[in-house]
Amino acid sequence: MSRPAEALPTQEMLINMGPQHPSTHGVLRVLLRTDGEVVINARPDVGYLHRALEKIGERVTYAQYMPFTDRLDYLASMNCNCAWAWTVEKLAGIEVPERAEYIRVIVCELNRIASHLIAFGSFTADMGAFTPFLYSIRERERINDLFEAICGNRLTYNYARIGGVSADLPPGFLEKTKEFLDYFDPKIPEYNELISYNKIFVHRLANVAVVSAGDAVAYGLTGPNLRGSGVAFDLRRDEPYSVYPKLEFDVCVGTGERGTLGDCFDRYMVRMNEMRESVKILRQAIAQIPEGPVQAKVPRVFKPPAGEVYFRAENPRGETGIYLISDGTVNPYRLKIRAPSFVTMNIFEKVTAGLMIADVVAVIGSFDIILPEIDR
Amino acid sequence: METQAIFERLKEKFGDAVAELQSEGFRPAFVVVAPDGLPGIARFLRDDPATKFDSLMSLSGVDYKDKFAVAYHLHSLAMRHAIGIKVFLPRENPSLPSVDAVWPAANFMEREAFDLYGIDFTGSKDLRRILLPEDWVGHPLRKDYKYPDFYHGIKV
Repeated sequence: MSRPAEALPTQEMLINMGPQHPSTHGVLRVLLRTDGEVVINARPDVGYLHRALEKIGERVTYAQYMPFTDRLDYLASMNCNCAWAWTVEKLAGIEVPERAEYIRVIVCELNRIASHLIAFGSFTADMGAFTPFLYSIRERERINDLFEAICGNRLTYNYARIGGVSADLPPGFLEKTKEFLDYFDPKIPEYNELISYNKIFVHRLANVAVVSAGDAVAYGLTGPNLRGSGVAFDLRRDEPYSVYPKLEFDVCVGTGERGTLGDCFDRYMVRMNEMRESVKILRQAIAQIPEGPVQAKVPRVFKPPAGEVYFRAENPRGETGIYLISDGTVNPYRLKIRAPSFVTMNIFEKVTAGLMIADVVAVIGSFDIILPEIDR
Repeated sequence: METQAIFERLKEKFGDAVAELQSEGFRPAFVVVAPDGLPGIARFLRDDPATKFDSLMSLSGVDYKDKFAVAYHLHSLAMRHAIGIKVFLPRENPSLPSVDAVWPAANFMEREAFDLYGIDFTGSKDLRRILLPEDWVGHPLRKDYKYPDFYHGIKV
C-alpha cells in the first residue's frame, strides 16, 4: 500500500546539536532548523565556557595575566602567551633580547604545527576516518615532550614573560627539535596520500560551504580560513613582528584544486601546507638563533605608561588581536581579546544554510574553531 | 594613507561629526566621531578608493568611568593600512547606530558589547546577549558592576 508523496504531511524540525557533541570541538550548541536532512538555518549559541577572562584582566597585574592567556586557545597556548607579551611590550616600549624573540618564534611555530595536527586529526575523525587522529596525536606528543622540557607543562605553558621568556632552552633542545623536524617533514606527504586525496574524503569537503574572498574579508575571517578563500594575507609577512622579517616562508592559499575556491577542502589543505612552512621557519630559526640573555630588565612593580595599543598576532586560528588600555597603574584598565574563532562563528549561519546536516560537521571542522577562545 | 591625512579627509567631508584625532600614546590612532555620523563615516571609509577599509578587525566597548566608548579597529587589506574609530557615549542609555550593514563582521562583536556593557546598537539585525545567559542581570564589564551573590539559587 502506498500513498502519494504529497499526501504525507511534512514539517520543519528543530534539532539541538550540542552543547555536548563529539564533533562540535568543545561546548558549542547549534540550533538546527531542518527540512528532513537539509539545514534551513543553523544558529550557533556560544558562551558556555565564559570565564570572564577580560574582567579578570582588570584585577590582576600585567605579569599575572600570562597564565590566563593559556586558557584562551589551549591548543596554541604558546602563541597566546607570546601575543600577550608582545602587546604589553608594544605598550611599554620594551626591547626584548634577540635570543628570546627567536625562542618565541620557535615555540610558536612548534605550537602551530601541534595545533594544525589536532585540526587535521579531529577533522578527519569527524569525517569518519579515525586512523589519522592517532597519527596526529603521535606526532603532537613529541612536540609536547619538547615543551615539557622547556617549561614542565604539556598543555598550558605559561612560558613567555614580559620582556622575554621564563627560562633559556634546556641543553640539547635545538638538536631534539631538529630530529623532530627531520622525522616530521616527510610525514605530511604521507598524510596527504593516506587521507587528503582519498576520494570519499574529498567528496565530503569539495564544494561544501564555499566562502568567497569578498565574504571572507567582510566577515573578518583571518588566518587559514581567510587564506583558504585565496586571500594571501599573513600577519607574519604583511605586518611583521618579532624576528619574522628575518625568516623566509611562503604564504599558503587555497587554490580550489578539488572543487571551488574557498570550500572546506581548501581550508583543510591550507593547514596541511602551513605545517611544512612552519618546518621551514623552524629550520631557519634554529640555524640563526644567537646566544645571549633571554629576559630584558623589567621593573618588579611594572607600570607601563598610559596609552592604548592594539596588537595583532598570527595564531594558528587566525588573528588574535589584543586591545589594551593602560591608565599607568599596575593593572590593565581594559583589555579586549579579539579571538579569531569568535569572529569566524559569525559567518557560520550564512555558510551552513542549505547544507546537509552531515556537512555542518564538515564546516565546524574546516573552520577549526576552539571554544574557550570564543567564550573567553 | 597616513592617519593624519585620513583624519583631515574625514573632517573635510563630515565636518562637526568628526571631533578629534587621538594620536599621542594611541597605536593605532583614533578618530573620534559623533554617534550620529558613524554610519556615514563607516560607509565612506569602506567605499572611498583612498581608504578602502574593507575589514573591521575588532570592536570593543570601553568604560571610561565618566562615559562609555566603542572603539573600532579597521584594517584595509587592499591598501594595507589601519586606523581606529572611537565613539564616546553617555553613561545613561548608551546608544549608537549599528554598522553590521557596512561590515557583516560587526554583528557578533556588537552583541558582545551589548552583552557586557549594555550598549545599544540601533538598527542591528540581531542584538541579543551572546556570552552570558539570556536572563543575566547587569553588564559585568562596566566598572560599577556589582557581583551577584546568587544565580538561580546557586552561590557564585
